[in-house]
Amino acid sequence: MQIYLPIAEISVNAFLLLGLGGIVGVLSGIFGVGGGFLITPLLFFVGIPPAVAVATSANQIVASSVSGLFAHLRRKNVDMKMGWVLLAGGLVGSAFGVGIFNYLKSMGQVDLLVRLCYVLFLGVIGSLMLFESLRALRRNKLAGGVVIKKRSRNWVHTAPLKARFRTSGLYISVIPPLLVGFCVGMLAAVMGVGGGFIMVPAMIYILGMPTRVVIGTSLFQIIFVAAFTTLLHAITNHTVDLPLALFLLVGGVLGAQIGTRIGVKLKAEQLRVLLALLVMAVCVKIALELLIEPSELYTVASRAGAK
Amino acid sequence: MMRILLFFLMMVPLPLLAKEEVVLGLSQDNVAITARFDGSEILIFGAVKREHRIPEEPLDVIIAIAGPSEPAKLRRKDRKFGIWVNAASVDIISAPTFYAVATSRPLETVLHPFEDLRYGISIERSIRATITPGMTENAKDFTEALLRIRQAEGSYQLLEGAVNVDQQTLFRTSISLPSNLTEGTYRTRIYLTRAGEVVSHFETPINVSKVGLERFLYNLAQEHAALYGLMSLALAVFAGWLASAIFRLIRLG
Repeated sequence: MQIYLPIAEISVNAFLLLGLGGIVGVLSGIFGVGGGFLITPLLFFVGIPPAVAVATSANQIVASSVSGLFAHLRRKNVDMKMGWVLLAGGLVGSAFGVGIFNYLKSMGQVDLLVRLCYVLFLGVIGSLMLFESLRALRRNKLAGGVVIKKRSRNWVHTAPLKARFRTSGLYISVIPPLLVGFCVGMLAAVMGVGGGFIMVPAMIYILGMPTRVVIGTSLFQIIFVAAFTTLLHAITNHTVDLPLALFLLVGGVLGAQIGTRIGVKLKAEQLRVLLALLVMAVCVKIALELLIEPSELYTVASRAGAK
Repeated sequence: MMRILLFFLMMVPLPLLAKEEVVLGLSQDNVAITARFDGSEILIFGAVKREHRIPEEPLDVIIAIAGPSEPAKLRRKDRKFGIWVNAASVDIISAPTFYAVATSRPLETVLHPFEDLRYGISIERSIRATITPGMTENAKDFTEALLRIRQAEGSYQLLEGAVNVDQQTLFRTSISLPSNLTEGTYRTRIYLTRAGEVVSHFETPINVSKVGLERFLYNLAQEHAALYGLMSLALAVFAGWLASAIFRLIRLG
């Protein structure tokens, strides 16, 4: 069934969109990532103009994150206090990031820088997570499933302005979460994604939050960042395509529910290995695009939205 | 059909010296883009009206449909430090978003280059003259790339031999419009040629516009952007909550 998208100005198969939304929704539910780093390239592939793809996927991320968040809220897996602190840093960071983005745009080559950002961050985060979680899995096997976690004390614990985060079981300074929120918000704005794939590992490895709480808290934070991005795109570029968003999010919210249930059944270490592999796969794909000679060297940017 | 024909017959002015004239019919002169729009096929047919004997030279027909023109930016990737990056770029002041040329025989047989220059019929003619001065050195590579890319996606079509001509009098062809049409007026031109010379031509517009829900959403997104953005968000939050609630009910029930 073909439908015509009024903003993207192209006709696409509705079931294809439902399927894309569904796949990304499942991943979003399992890993607590918004899926922006997956759905945007997928939409390019279907032929949606890049500007429309970026703006509309932000809207779809809001939907799938809300759906996932409710499921996590019922399991009490959301540290609201931590979420608000991260968000405060995140909004300042994303405003800062939009500034950087516009500066790079005026210099040209913003495309390349975004891609290099992807390769660098996905590569580093993916490989770090992969090695760490594989080691944890092996240790688990050796210890017969019993892990004695050594709580390391570092600057996260010694910095001033300490606060108790009950859900996460942490008593740490609010400065590190604010900084994490800020950095992730900034990167998210530059790379045009929700930032879950950076936020999740940052919460686990820098803040030392338990994996169980990380995903719900990340979703909570992503909702606001993605909503902010959607509004910004709708008002300045007029590139949010409602029918496109509708099909993606119908698939996405259903997928997110399924994903959350899969996520509950998996062990934390397995979850981390899978997320690491996914992140690495996207990284390799983007790196290959930069390294292999494209079959068509020329590209056309014509429509106002595609510029 | 006869009524449409008759209508166009009345529309045709009577130039004093023209010996042959086109009487044209279109299957539709309005293309409405609805939610289920998936491209459109336009049937173009007509007859040649003349008040003398058919000349010896065979008659050929060229039909060209040109969509609204827009500026475009073409970029070429080059290898730098081992990776492929956008390097050179050329601004094209205006290039049609859609262009189809249908002919009764190969274009170079039925149209003299001089006549092409005069009337601007071939696809190349519709863009070549409008490149920013300065980047002239490899500008040709860039325009060729534009033609290649747009031809590959079906936006530019050269349909040689697609026009059927009967008894040097009746002609017809069909041109398919892709689904990624730009809204606007599509200029439809018909040229009658003999031995490569244009003997008569006729022009009529086809209007392409979004209607109904598509029109409403497009206008809303353009004119009430903040409202539209909030609407999108409300929809997203509602859909997310609804899915969660439904799944919970299924689980409980």
